[in-house]
Amino acid sequence: MTEAECAECGATLDLADDLETGEIIDCGTCGAELEVIDVNPPVLERAPELEEDWGE
Amino acid sequence: MQIGILYSRIRKDEKLLLSELRERGHDVTKIDVRKHQFGLDGTTAPVDDLDVVVDRCLATSRSLYATRFIESYGVPVVNSSETAEICADKAKNSLALAEAGVRTPETKVAFTKESAMEAIEAFGYPCVLKPVVGSWGRLMAKIDSRSAAEAILEHKATLGHYEHKVFYVQEFVEKPGRDIRVLATDGEPVAAMTRSSEHWLTNAAKGGETEEFELDDEALELVKKASDAVGGGLLGVDLMETGDSYTVHEVNHTVEFKALNEATEVDVPAVVVDWLESKATEKTAAEAVV
Repeated sequence: MTEAECAECGATLDLADDLETGEIIDCGTCGAELEVIDVNPPVLERAPELEEDWGE
Repeated sequence: MQIGILYSRIRKDEKLLLSELRERGHDVTKIDVRKHQFGLDGTTAPVDDLDVVVDRCLATSRSLYATRFIESYGVPVVNSSETAEICADKAKNSLALAEAGVRTPETKVAFTKESAMEAIEAFGYPCVLKPVVGSWGRLMAKIDSRSAAEAILEHKATLGHYEHKVFYVQEFVEKPGRDIRVLATDGEPVAAMTRSSEHWLTNAAKGGETEEFELDDEALELVKKASDAVGGGLLGVDLMETGDSYTVHEVNHTVEFKALNEATEVDVPAVVVDWLESKATEKTAAEAVV
């Protein structure tokens, strides 16, 4: 388990070991969607907003 | 095998695939489409040595263009750009199913509010208005009355992206509170589940409850025909029950399967990777012949 800081509210997030770049994490404190930019060490940024043509 | 994963977001589905591929010792190259350019004679994406690229782009527009470019470099892509082109657009999807003789809900496309209203009135109420591009049940409207139709058409025409000015009107199918999602590889079912809800939209993304479903012979045949109709690949075929038969309302090309994986005993990512391995083997065999 590793830790990173929420890019929105600054809260500390516990992250799973199998973290992947491009993965989306929800901040449990502020609810922001965060994208994993790097895994070693973990770096999180606000995830892009959903668009209408996104999905299966 | 050398496998590329084309993505712009890693969802649980992609994590399941990545995990299975790595456990089997495959060399996985993640390709974030946001970071690359795709030119007429090459790309900045590392595709040269790949046996197969799996398109897992969340954005339909990225999926359509990136797969077409990668195919032009001679690298096989699943799903193919041809399949993506048909599946990404509900109107093309409906046409492909109808042309292949697959039963699908009656559908009309209109380009003006007035013409769309005529189509809606001809269907009667309720009927359904959908965006031609979109997913997860977003912006789907069940229209119960003329006044609701007028309001929705006005909103779409005024607020919408140009694609929302293509009015896709469909009969409302009285399904038994559930629809059926089948994950299939080139028409061969991996697993199937029902998605149930009291809401008329039963998508898993809308919170529909899932349960494993056993396909009968008719459903098996429909899944194969529907898959063939859109060019095959790793697909999510959506069926609705209509009394003693089925209608296929949609085939999805960047199919999510995490909900199915939880609903079934089948190890979905394992079966999908089995199929990807067979795709890579086909490529190797084809190169040996050349």
